[in-house]
Amino acid sequence: MRLSFEQRRWIWAYTFLALPLLFFLIIRIAPTLYAFNVSLHDWDPLALERPFVGAKNFQRIWTDKVFWQALKNTWLYVFATVPLSLVLSLALAMGLQRLTRFVGLYRLLYFVPYITSLVAVSWVWRWLYASNGVFNELLRNIGLGPQKFLLSPDQALLSIVAMTIWQGLGFQIIIFLAGLEGIPEIYYEAAKLDGASEWQRFRHITLPLLNPTIVFLTIVGVISSLQVFTQIRNMSSQGQGGPLNSTISLVLYVYRLAFDSLPSKMGYASAITVILFAMILVITIIQLKVLTRRYEY
Amino acid sequence: MSTKPAATILPQATSERTTMQQHERDWRKSSARILLYVILLIGGLAMIFPFIWMVISSLKHAKDVYDLSLIPQNPTLENYRTVFARTQFLRWFGNSLLIAGITTASVAFFDSLAGYTLAKFRFPGQQVIFIMILSTLMVPTEMLVIPWYLMSINLHWSNNYWGIMFPGVMSAFGVFLMRQFFDSVPNELLDAARIDGVSEFGLFWRIALPLVKPALAALCIFTFLGNWNAFLWPLIVTRTAEMRTLPVGIAFFSSEAGSAYELIMTAAALATIPVLIVFAIFQRQIIKGITLTGIK
Repeated sequence: MRLSFEQRRWIWAYTFLALPLLFFLIIRIAPTLYAFNVSLHDWDPLALERPFVGAKNFQRIWTDKVFWQALKNTWLYVFATVPLSLVLSLALAMGLQRLTRFVGLYRLLYFVPYITSLVAVSWVWRWLYASNGVFNELLRNIGLGPQKFLLSPDQALLSIVAMTIWQGLGFQIIIFLAGLEGIPEIYYEAAKLDGASEWQRFRHITLPLLNPTIVFLTIVGVISSLQVFTQIRNMSSQGQGGPLNSTISLVLYVYRLAFDSLPSKMGYASAITVILFAMILVITIIQLKVLTRRYEY
Repeated sequence: MSTKPAATILPQATSERTTMQQHERDWRKSSARILLYVILLIGGLAMIFPFIWMVISSLKHAKDVYDLSLIPQNPTLENYRTVFARTQFLRWFGNSLLIAGITTASVAFFDSLAGYTLAKFRFPGQQVIFIMILSTLMVPTEMLVIPWYLMSINLHWSNNYWGIMFPGVMSAFGVFLMRQFFDSVPNELLDAARIDGVSEFGLFWRIALPLVKPALAALCIFTFLGNWNAFLWPLIVTRTAEMRTLPVGIAFFSSEAGSAYELIMTAAALATIPVLIVFAIFQRQIIKGITLTGIK
């Protein structure tokens, strides 16, 4: 049988895609479906039986105070991190854009935290926050009393948020700088000729033209904040989301249930990951709706 | 004749006033500029202060670490010796390097190949395959770690290199990114090479891939950084100390070290400094790469 040129090309395409397809089917898609399956069982990997329990794990969520605490913390985390870091990074990017000398060096300073290991910097900040650490020494020097930071149920979450904002600024600044450089200088020149003030130029040129960048960074920020785990595991007392569960996030709770408790509650933990998946799905759909919209000015 | 009328017509006094105003405006502008440099420098130093403090603390003796002086009184490398002696630091470093290196190579190759195929071939099922790969982007890894864990227990993958690596050997984001960049490679170029007798794989490897090097470099940098810093999955899948990756090892060591912050900072410095050196070398490419992938 003679294959046409087109058919031979099909065979090449399927050959090239064979391994990637296998990977996405076995390592991504099947486990996704399996997670739903696990969430419908009482699942302890050490037990002999894993009885099917239907929606019991999902019903249990309603009365589980720790779950609601983790959900509340996770969203607190999102709302404390995302808006503030966007404002800060936009302001810094606009400042950095005006520099004409030492440009690379200045950008480097702001960018360094982003590329370093989150585990390592979590411990560095733990040291800064220590009761006899640098931050308390500074507070003492300006006449304020020492704070408990990570040891206080009221301050621990915000202390971790501060570290997270610091760590992520560099990424957002770089993206904002790219966005700012994409705005044609001529718009500003024209506005200046029309007598627009600096604020007006920012409000009516910079901000609207940066809209896609802001949407992008908001979505990326919200999704990654919803998945917060590493810094809480490394900064909270015993890595359990304390004190008094004041810093526990959804993912940390999932980790504790599935991998850090005996007997392991993998079924219930999977049910919580399904909730997390649903939240991220909704945000992704919003993102697709907003980002595919055409921007007109 | 009428080339310079303004200068000659203007009276002397007015001209002087304008230069004075000009001077004042220049001065105000340049002082604002200096202020901007100063403010951003202070901010920048605040950004790197935690790293400076980390290095300073790592050079202090245990009894001096709480005195908080900026200059260590008797600087010592004792802590570095202790960390090397008490942990398997080099092993962890090697583990991370190996895992990040192999996953990066694998992602670079397979994501490019899949992206190229989806961009440059037309075949039945193409749309379905593309959407299938893309849809996996919506699933957070946190949802997959429990099935992955059960899978690696059953297949005896847990606590070995393949077990740590397998979730990351390809990435949907990379397929999507590379497909977009291969889209811009002109078909005429590939057709011409095909007529010259280049094989289908050769078209990808020798003709198309060199044209998308910037995107490939960006993908490599991201994949490497992501795997080098990965925490959740290596924490779950490793059981013995010698299989830990660097972040997992640092986390265990630090939580066992209690309040010996001079040792914790030493471990953090050992984990951070190599990355900073690599970053200083590839700074331009990394920043370009992030911009490229972020905006596309």
